Amino acid sequence: MATYDLIVIGGGPAGYVAAIRAAQLGKKVACIEKERAGGTCLNWGCIPTKALLKNAELYHTLVHHADDFGLSFDKLSFDWDKVVRRSRNVSDKLAGGIEFLFKKNKVDYIRGTGGLAANGKVEVIREEGADPELLTTENVLIATGCVSRGLPFLPFDGEKVIGSREAMVLPKQPKSITIIGAGAIGIEFAYFFNAYGTEVHVVEMQDTVLPIEDNEVSAALEKSLTKQGVKIHTSTKTTHAEVGKKGVTLTIEPAAGGESSTIESEICLVAVGVAPVLPNNAEQIKLDDRGYIVTDERYQSSVPNVYAAGDITGPPWLAHTGSYEAIQAVEGMFDSSYTPKKVGLFPACTYCHPEVASIGLTEEACKEKDLAYRVGKFPFAASGRALAVADSEGFVKILIDEQYGEILGAHIIGAGSTELIAEIALAMNLEATHEEIEATIHAHPTLAEAIHEATSDAFGHAIHI
Amino acid sequence: MATYIKMPKLSDTMTEGTLVKWLKSEGDEVTIDEEIAEVETDKATMTMPTFEEGVIHRIYVKEGEAVPLGAVLALVLEEGEEPPADADTPPANETDSSSEAEPPAADSESGPGTPAPASPSGAPDKPAAPVSTPSGGPYSLPGPVTGDGERIKASPLARRMAADQGVDLSRIRGTGPGGRIVAEDLQFLAGGSGAGTGIGLLPSPTPTGDQTLPLSGMRRVIAGRLLESKTTIPHFYLNIEIDAEPLMTLRAQVNEASLANEGPKYTVNDFIMRATVLAAQAVPAVNASFQGDSVYQYGEVHLSVAVAIDEGLVTPVIRSAQAKSIRDLAGEMKELAGKAREKKLTPDEMQGGTITISNLGAFGIGHFDAIINPPQAAILAIGTISKQPVVDAHNQIVPGQRMWIGMSCDHRVVDGAIGAQFLSELKRYLENPVLLVS
Repeated sequence: MATYDLIVIGGGPAGYVAAIRAAQLGKKVACIEKERAGGTCLNWGCIPTKALLKNAELYHTLVHHADDFGLSFDKLSFDWDKVVRRSRNVSDKLAGGIEFLFKKNKVDYIRGTGGLAANGKVEVIREEGADPELLTTENVLIATGCVSRGLPFLPFDGEKVIGSREAMVLPKQPKSITIIGAGAIGIEFAYFFNAYGTEVHVVEMQDTVLPIEDNEVSAALEKSLTKQGVKIHTSTKTTHAEVGKKGVTLTIEPAAGGESSTIESEICLVAVGVAPVLPNNAEQIKLDDRGYIVTDERYQSSVPNVYAAGDITGPPWLAHTGSYEAIQAVEGMFDSSYTPKKVGLFPACTYCHPEVASIGLTEEACKEKDLAYRVGKFPFAASGRALAVADSEGFVKILIDEQYGEILGAHIIGAGSTELIAEIALAMNLEATHEEIEATIHAHPTLAEAIHEATSDAFGHAIHI
Repeated sequence: MATYIKMPKLSDTMTEGTLVKWLKSEGDEVTIDEEIAEVETDKATMTMPTFEEGVIHRIYVKEGEAVPLGAVLALVLEEGEEPPADADTPPANETDSSSEAEPPAADSESGPGTPAPASPSGAPDKPAAPVSTPSGGPYSLPGPVTGDGERIKASPLARRMAADQGVDLSRIRGTGPGGRIVAEDLQFLAGGSGAGTGIGLLPSPTPTGDQTLPLSGMRRVIAGRLLESKTTIPHFYLNIEIDAEPLMTLRAQVNEASLANEGPKYTVNDFIMRATVLAAQAVPAVNASFQGDSVYQYGEVHLSVAVAIDEGLVTPVIRSAQAKSIRDLAGEMKELAGKAREKKLTPDEMQGGTITISNLGAFGIGHFDAIINPPQAAILAIGTISKQPVVDAHNQIVPGQRMWIGMSCDHRVVDGAIGAQFLSELKRYLENPVLLVS
């Protein structure tokens, strides 16, 4: 029986990246995946939703702005099946890509359910009901990730009460949908369904949409989505739900207490967060109070030689942070002189329209930390490129430390912001100050100029506002 | 080819220079790289080399004169060359602070093939153009380098923090990729914690091997003058022991009275200065200079006092010291020493001394022999005052306070008996210190 240097349980953005990195280091590696390589991200998360959102944006533009571009047509319609199918095709293609990468890097890709076993063994159950097969390995990395978390009074039923996974493959467009949770997932689906004409309600306990974002950005997004037709109920809690034949009736009331009301909709999408998925026989592994695996500074769990990375270790539940952790964990695993790094600075993106992207501290956090900071802002309405492409909603907001000019955070709302944030991420990671951004020539006309101008604005140097 | 020598830019901040001393005279031949003058900059006195070969035809700037950068100092002609018609008057001064003075008229008429910048002003120093930073940002700091000129890898933020905190980046151990210094490394410094993490200040660069230290202007001058002194002046040395008990007693009384009236506090050196002046007046033969074919005896005592500063040694001069009370001497010395440490002494204040005092008593030195400060003929070497068992007038061994004073004399001017006479006068004054304050 083969002895592996590393067996990775889970083939998502943490797991497959860990397996490939270890293989690059010359290790003998297997990756166990119970469904399909690529994990939630690639199959049921980041990627297929981006495909859906592109469709939605295109459709929305044609419906509402065709005339702006001098387009006219008699009957614009869409084929829901094809909308969903395109999204699935993208996932299929990328999942195949991961399998190719496994082959290329000589990673043994094992389809089945992974679990721990005694004495440096890992079990894999290839089919339901089959006997566990034992594999021997020096190290294990658990990257089993998360699934959507339901509400106690509103369990998933896969049809009327659904999670994001079901939401992206609905057999037909719902007439109405209520989304509980205004985080990135809830907001993206709100945009998506609204763009196609579904009546959308969003219920959020906290007082803004995208509560982790800078308040100014959240407010701008709420305003924009409301204008697009989404009905947003912030500072609102769901107290009761009734699932009937026709749909779901939610009872909501102000979070601070007050008169309750009801929302009826065909479908209820619960997007309040995620819950960890552990491998089999993980009882010995120490978990935190929310069920996530506790790891040390080398990503090792309470069981020696069993490591964990990605969503299974807790927030921020992002593909890109999971991949980063996986690489750090693997490098530390096979190089004892290497001190693995932990996720510090990372960008966060929401792909509705207008897009939202951010990194670093929000202005609220700066205030809370009692930092001396400057704010620079630049609206896309003053950007030549944004106007030229008829997408000038939003702004760039950058927060700069008063004393040393350190970039404390950046918050962008507007088309292309999820791409623009990379510049700030690099600048912050390299500890550039506002001077380096100001001193960098940004191509004209680009949306990226807005970053330059916002940075300059913090010191009153902006030219175009 | 007639060439005008101009005031060069010898330091980055220099805007004018004082021609301290001409090392060449009109008619002297000079060769390339030969030192022709001493120039006082804002930082130090430096020797100025010429980049010309020829004969100094005319000197336009007198010793002691301060002139702006680019000012014409002298005219050098090639051997046998006819001076230009206007050689007696210097061309209009180039006061361009960039020091990249245009060649003078006589130069520009020379034919092709003439070696380019003929004036020394362009050559010895770097162009004064501001160093532009690669990033070109309005506030960008230039990238720091180590002592070896190696670029220090540091994040822009870390650089700014270091500049702000006055931290030398070459002493920081970077913890970023490839040893890059990142902000955390400086935050660690500010926090002062993190023991055992292996980050933080590297030890100060202590020389663990041989190293070559370039000569400062001041060091160059010290080296030149003292070598000249020790190799051309026949030194001899005298030592005398002083009973410092009366001096210390009187000083205590004087200071008590002075401080009570918000007057100055007198140092031992103040008393020694006054005693030296009085002794030099009593034995004027030591207050003199050997002049080759004569001895020049000064009518006044201009007292040079050696002052150690970070960069070396300077000897400011108290002029007409014989006319000054101990209080005047003390006040003036304090002012001069302060200026010396701030490098603000003018050439005038460092010139024209007739006798020098060097006092190493504060360092606990018992006695030592000093090198004469030319063109003077004598220098005093003052040792520390220490408690000693002494034999008193009743042949009893009692505790006393003693001080050694050494004297180095130029034997061409001062013979042993003269030096001894001077020292015994000095001893008389110091042991009867009331004479110094009267």
